[in-house]
Amino acid sequence: MTAATPDAPATVPAGRPAEGRRSAAFPRLLAMEWTKFRSVRSTVWSLLAFLILTLGLSVLFTWLTTSQWSKMDPSQQLDYRRDPTGNILGSGFVLGQLAICVLGVMVITSEYSTGMIRASVLAAPRRTPMLAAKALVFAVVTFVVGEIVSFGAFFLAAPILNSKVPVSLGDKGVLRALLGAGLYLMMLGLFALAIGTLIRHTAGAITGVIAFVEVLAPLAQLLPGSLGKHVHAYLPTEAGHLVAQSAPGPNDLLSAWQGYGVFCLWTAVLLIAAGWVLKRRDA
Amino acid sequence: MIEVHDLSKRYGAKTAVDHLTFSVQPGRITGFLGPNGAGKSTTMRLILGLDRPQSGTATIDGVRYADLREPLRKVGALLEARAVHTGRSAYNHLLCLAQSQGLPRKRVDEALALVGLTEVAKKRAGGFSLGMGQRLGIAAALLGDPQVLILDEPVNGLDPEGVLWIRNLMKALAAAGKTIFVSSHLMSEMAQTADHLVVIGRGALIADESVDAFIARSSDHSVLVRTPQPSQLAKELERTPAEGEADGVTVATAEDGALIVRGMTAQEIGEKAAAARVVLHELTPQRASLEEAFMEMTRGSVEYHADSDPQAGAVGGIGGGIGDAVAPGFAAPAAAPPGAVPAGAAPPTAAPSDNEAEPAEPAVPTSGSEAAE
Repeated sequence: MTAATPDAPATVPAGRPAEGRRSAAFPRLLAMEWTKFRSVRSTVWSLLAFLILTLGLSVLFTWLTTSQWSKMDPSQQLDYRRDPTGNILGSGFVLGQLAICVLGVMVITSEYSTGMIRASVLAAPRRTPMLAAKALVFAVVTFVVGEIVSFGAFFLAAPILNSKVPVSLGDKGVLRALLGAGLYLMMLGLFALAIGTLIRHTAGAITGVIAFVEVLAPLAQLLPGSLGKHVHAYLPTEAGHLVAQSAPGPNDLLSAWQGYGVFCLWTAVLLIAAGWVLKRRDA
Repeated sequence: MIEVHDLSKRYGAKTAVDHLTFSVQPGRITGFLGPNGAGKSTTMRLILGLDRPQSGTATIDGVRYADLREPLRKVGALLEARAVHTGRSAYNHLLCLAQSQGLPRKRVDEALALVGLTEVAKKRAGGFSLGMGQRLGIAAALLGDPQVLILDEPVNGLDPEGVLWIRNLMKALAAAGKTIFVSSHLMSEMAQTADHLVVIGRGALIADESVDAFIARSSDHSVLVRTPQPSQLAKELERTPAEGEADGVTVATAEDGALIVRGMTAQEIGEKAAAARVVLHELTPQRASLEEAFMEMTRGSVEYHADSDPQAGAVGGIGGGIGDAVAPGFAAPAAAPPGAVPAGAAPPTAAPSDNEAEPAEPAVPTSGSEAAE
């Protein structure tokens, strides 16, 4: 047994830092999650895709709208006059937000598919603080990027629209709508993160989120009478996107902030459920 | 110290770990042995708080893993399945783990240097070979300079040099007073590293004792005798029943004419031979090798698991290439029935201590690990 090899010296690692130092664990987990987030290429790609898609589509749709203005339906013209900001943002966000959904799901499901979740859970065995740190990091990133995109889209598209519908930052509700767009995307990211944590598989979770965002809303409108109207109004993204409108629509049941509150509630419930199952399940 | 008490884990109808109780002491290497699918990985996952047990407790120095404040500074773990995001570089993987424990960046560089991954630190872990991935896992385990190391099949996928390196590393860490708990399905590997063994089969404890005691307890003890008067000696030995031996004495003749005597010690045989004035040319006690002892003890649990674990063949193939050529894993227990020890092609004169020296590095077939690279 003592016939050890001379060429492979077994070095005992040294340099143990002061142990037992009392320090808050949560900032450490934030640092960990930030490193995780920025060190994977897919996050950068997703955010870039979101940025380009949203800005490009906002400008494109606004340009198409102004060039086709005279041929447009009077009700569409009215809608643009009522809420030019929401229309500028909406045209880009319809597709761009899907990138945030995918990213929110992937932030957690990629840990499951690669096995990284085991390393994460070994480092943070209480698990829920890790999810909280992940959610906070992701929320800040999506909020910042969301604000860049919403203000960017507005400043690019508003001059184009100006010939038909003049709109400026000082108009009533515009600033709230632009800030609200970032808040909406942030909450959408957390919503996707929660579903990703619950489902764990990328494809399944993305399907689940898209179902909420794109499928349930038209489906709910098929329900008869006021039932359909109410169900539709309280769906997470239908309620949530109201905060990104500069003026309420004629059929809106909820105000901008009420709608956002409903979205927050959906997300909070799902995140709590996600934390609960994360703690209970075998990793 | 790791303490496992009455630990049980079921997955649906299958019991993976069945009321296990044992402890792992500091300052030595404790081998955790069992056939593939015996529950080794599950037990380690339970100790590490990755899985929830149905019953029982597992503690590290009296504290559940989940209650450790800076777990990676206390316990380093290498899991059998990879635990690395394939899109992240080795450096960033270790960095995020270091940050979670408040460890300085320089620990990341140290850990990378320790396992020899400095040059590929910025490369994506997804492109790593099996051996490099294993080294990265070991770097993560050593990152926090932990007191306790839990390593699940650490030599898997390592080349011979890597196998030797991890062996020496474990010995050095054990000598420094750390608790080393290392699993393997290869007895031969354990024979060269472990001081103490915890053996399980089908999730239940089979043995918890020193390597020597484990071998001594194994069934097959025989003495090889060479004499110019074999028939006379055989008659002499078989005629007189040994005292206290219910089974009596059996004498078999090997192909080369040597006698294999069971049920009698070398000392007794020598005395009998002297009394009968029989010349002896050789008198060698045979001990079952660790491999045979293990086979014998886990025989009941092997057959069942050989079928139920689809990875058995692959893992055995890789491990067999690394450890030595004795046993390519335990997927085929019929290949070497534990009874037929000394009549093999190899010279049956191996003294007990040769167990440790003989199957070391020189005779290693490298094909398995090369394929892995």
